[in-house]
Amino acid sequence: MKVGVLDYGVGNLGSVLRAVEALNVSPVLVDRAVDIHLNDCLILPGVGNFIDCARLLAQGGWMDALRQEVLGYDRPLLGVCVGMQLLADVGLEGAGPDDPQGTPGLGFIPGQVEHLSTLGCALRLPHVGWNGIMNTTPRDGLFAGIPDGTDFYFVHSYGFVAKDPADVLATADYGGPVTAAVRRGHVWGTQFHPEKSSRAGSRLLRNFLSGPQC
Amino acid sequence: MLKVRVIPTLLWKSFGLVKGVGFDSWRRVGPVLPAIKVYNQREVDELVLVDILAHGTGDDPDFESVNDFGQDCFVPLTVGGGITNLAQVQRLLRAGADKVSVNTAAYENPGLITEIAMKFGAQCAVASIDARAQPDGGWLCFSHAGQTPTGREVADWARELEDRGAGEILITSIKRDGTMEGYDLALIERVAGAVRIPVIASGGAGSYGHMVCAVQQAGASAVAAASMFHFTEQTPAGAKAALAAAGIPVRKPYQPDRDA
Repeated sequence: MKVGVLDYGVGNLGSVLRAVEALNVSPVLVDRAVDIHLNDCLILPGVGNFIDCARLLAQGGWMDALRQEVLGYDRPLLGVCVGMQLLADVGLEGAGPDDPQGTPGLGFIPGQVEHLSTLGCALRLPHVGWNGIMNTTPRDGLFAGIPDGTDFYFVHSYGFVAKDPADVLATADYGGPVTAAVRRGHVWGTQFHPEKSSRAGSRLLRNFLSGPQC
Repeated sequence: MLKVRVIPTLLWKSFGLVKGVGFDSWRRVGPVLPAIKVYNQREVDELVLVDILAHGTGDDPDFESVNDFGQDCFVPLTVGGGITNLAQVQRLLRAGADKVSVNTAAYENPGLITEIAMKFGAQCAVASIDARAQPDGGWLCFSHAGQTPTGREVADWARELEDRGAGEILITSIKRDGTMEGYDLALIERVAGAVRIPVIASGGAGSYGHMVCAVQQAGASAVAAASMFHFTEQTPAGAKAALAAAGIPVRKPYQPDRDA
């Protein structure tokens, strides 16, 4: 199995690669969009902000290549943190009077990405630290062996608001419900960082990589 | 529910871990890598690793060592010491750091915090403040590992760092550092009250009770400690048990379902 970790210019790539290697899988760092098709499944990492990430994806031809491979050829994809947020139609990070429309994302999972404070969170932001997942969709392979209440490492200020609640796989509570994981078909995303969530994160990555999709 | 983090701080100098008192009289603690391995195996919540010699030398951070340290770290790793530009941050993130902490460089170039936050996200920018209590009350900030007065009042500086894009503040009391006499609760309360971003309490932890106070009385989002983990029998797991007993939410180790 070839696991491609997309290197489009941002992200804590070292951590993601190591977490995959710890599962005895050799990941490939994919630094050209034209090489996406060489991989059986894809991990889209992301730290940073939505606008920069979306711009880098567009500049490098990643947007089109991902749409072709993921939508056209059903290549499985796991987005992590901003990588998950990029699965949405639009990110409102940086949106304001000058740019009320926000920034287009990949559009794989309908929804938009908004600041947690506009979603009603009155607590300190960013939401940093270990938080328990809840309302996990039963029997989704991504959470096999991972019970509700398991803590994962979150660090973000924006949240994914899915148009269809059925696309939300799990939530966490931080001054209100926060989308913790999404799925539509063979596209998954986690707001938390499995690569930094110790044994629970390792189990989740193993679930993704050993699922029938990969 | 978000858990309060217990964070071992690893101070690193040349080839090994050290710990001092009041940012001075450094004692050798042992090699870095085994310490990180043990903490990782014990599922600590997070690690902070600071190269205490790196400030002001003008040299790059030691990327190769960070790369080695990151090999066995599957919890969030914050790396600090000598960071002055974005290229260094990018290399540290590739080497295995998840966040960087910036202290001295933020006084000389406050725009660096903004640049890091813009390029890598606020969550990546941990602003570290070393503060010393003043005879007439209040606290002033010091750069260069606590040696150089900056004239900055701690709450003002914390607010500025927040405005400039920092995602967290690591506040250390220079006077309490290494003493194990307890955190400077008034200092932590002052900073936690000044900003809306999470604040990590540091400097002076000597017992689990000190950690409970930092959270319940001073409003810390996380508690960091070095000496008490290096030089006493107390452990991060013990700290979490004590916090939990005091009603503070802490992370429990992963327990797989039966089908695991």
